[in-house]
Amino acid sequence: MKEIHDFRIAERQQLGDQYFRLVLKHDGTMQPVVPGQFVEVLVEGSRDVMLRRPISVHDVSDSTLTLLIQIVGNGTRRLAELSVGNRLNVVYPLGHGFTTALPSGSKALLVGGGAGTAPLLHLSKVLKASGVHCTILLGGRTASLIPVQDDFRPYGDLLLATDDGSLGHHGIVTTHPAFANAYDMIYTCGPTPMMKAVARSAAQRGIRCEVSLENMMACGVGACLCCVTDTDQGHRCVCKDGPVFDISTMHKWFEQC
Amino acid sequence: MLAVKVHNLTLKNPVMTASGTFGYGEEFADFIDLNRLGGFIVKGTTGTHREGNPYPRMVETPSGMLNSVGLQNGGVEKFCTEVYPRIQHLDTNIIVNVSGSSIEEYCDVASQVDALDRIPAIELNISCPNVKCGGMGFGTSPDMAAQVVSAVRKVYHKTLIVKLSPNVTNIAEIAKAVEGAGADSVSLINTLLGMAIDIERRRPFMANVTGGLSGPAVKPVAVRMVWQVAHAVKIPVVGLGGICTAEDAIEFLMAGATAIEVGTANFIDPAVTVKIIDGMEAWCQRHGVNDINEIIGII
Repeated sequence: MKEIHDFRIAERQQLGDQYFRLVLKHDGTMQPVVPGQFVEVLVEGSRDVMLRRPISVHDVSDSTLTLLIQIVGNGTRRLAELSVGNRLNVVYPLGHGFTTALPSGSKALLVGGGAGTAPLLHLSKVLKASGVHCTILLGGRTASLIPVQDDFRPYGDLLLATDDGSLGHHGIVTTHPAFANAYDMIYTCGPTPMMKAVARSAAQRGIRCEVSLENMMACGVGACLCCVTDTDQGHRCVCKDGPVFDISTMHKWFEQC
Repeated sequence: MLAVKVHNLTLKNPVMTASGTFGYGEEFADFIDLNRLGGFIVKGTTGTHREGNPYPRMVETPSGMLNSVGLQNGGVEKFCTEVYPRIQHLDTNIIVNVSGSSIEEYCDVASQVDALDRIPAIELNISCPNVKCGGMGFGTSPDMAAQVVSAVRKVYHKTLIVKLSPNVTNIAEIAKAVEGAGADSVSLINTLLGMAIDIERRRPFMANVTGGLSGPAVKPVAVRMVWQVAHAVKIPVVGLGGICTAEDAIEFLMAGATAIEVGTANFIDPAVTVKIIDGMEAWCQRHGVNDINEIIGII
């Protein structure tokens, strides 16, 4: 069930210039959150920011939600000013998350780019707990744009790629040698061109694949129909039908560049 | 204390939700008890399924937002067979926003909705700014507006509310024309046509270039138009445009609205409608108002 709750900011961690992480503490019983679901946070005290900001869930415990946020505009800049002890009004859990019910012993590849690495941490934890072997491939234009690395290490084999070669494999994620290995499932979240390239490759190789989209949205609950994406069934709301979509329904989306 | 009447429609309070901001109500059922609402107006419904406009469809602007959804909906048949059975049990007024590209389409949708027992009214949308054919085209000329309303009046037998566009020179003239053609009530305002440009990419933010402005930014325009229309017609006026608080709602009532619709504020706080209802009741108690009807149209 979705709810509106004033979480207390229990921790705040700056990760380079562009990213920060907030640990939000629930005062009572938190609703269950599935990997890949997101929240909408209220940005208070800003003249320019009226609508809530959709933020993916990075990690979850019994009574906390962790958000990994990239500073991209007025809303996220204002959120970056929050400190420990402040309250944050959150509507959650929203959307349709990743499929995590894979047979034990399955091999999964998780491909993240930039801020798109955020939901993959929660995903990798849940997959590891159900006996899935995860290869986690994170990419960015340069090393500083891969916000989190070490946190992933307990949950799978961590591989890195940067466009400028400043860290890990020199090149985009789809050129990493491990990308070509056989997997039972590929999950991806990151810049649209990256996700489309991952989806096209998965489709060619007949590997099941889920992509997590990020469109401009208002309501977050499927009411306003602003955040639609093309799918093989026509327009679908990223906020309600997604943000995670199986690429078997997304040819119309990933086949166009 | 808060009950009002819009033609034959009895509302337990004046608070309804605006079409296109509240889905089919179900989307908000986790946050509020839908039965507390005076009513809610479901998504614009057309004769056949529509995919709407391409993405991007919205952009936030100071104290408001522009949208250009373009009436995406499953069509009237799908509404009647799939959506209606899921929501018909609700103890509130469920009103269908009826849209179209031709007079025939408006009549077709209206007559199909007329057959649904639990839908006591329609809101005829002659004011959508985001579709190429019809929509606002019908709502910007008194003659065209009167033609659509008379045609629908012949096939629709329950409460007929006509939603007006603010993108006109004289909204009172349009209101009088639809009143003369048989409307039982008018609701206003639909969104104000606007536009925003992404100067870094040197292109409009929305695929459809222009869109409808809503949110607190439009409220003073809406209050002024409600006041003008309320003085021009005898039928009840439903006011909307940027309402976020009980105080905003009271302001619309004083300007002449019998009921109000909450739109964009639902996106900011999905439970805002019940806060507005509670706030209106508290306001009445503080001010010794025993019946909300006492303040309607006092300006």
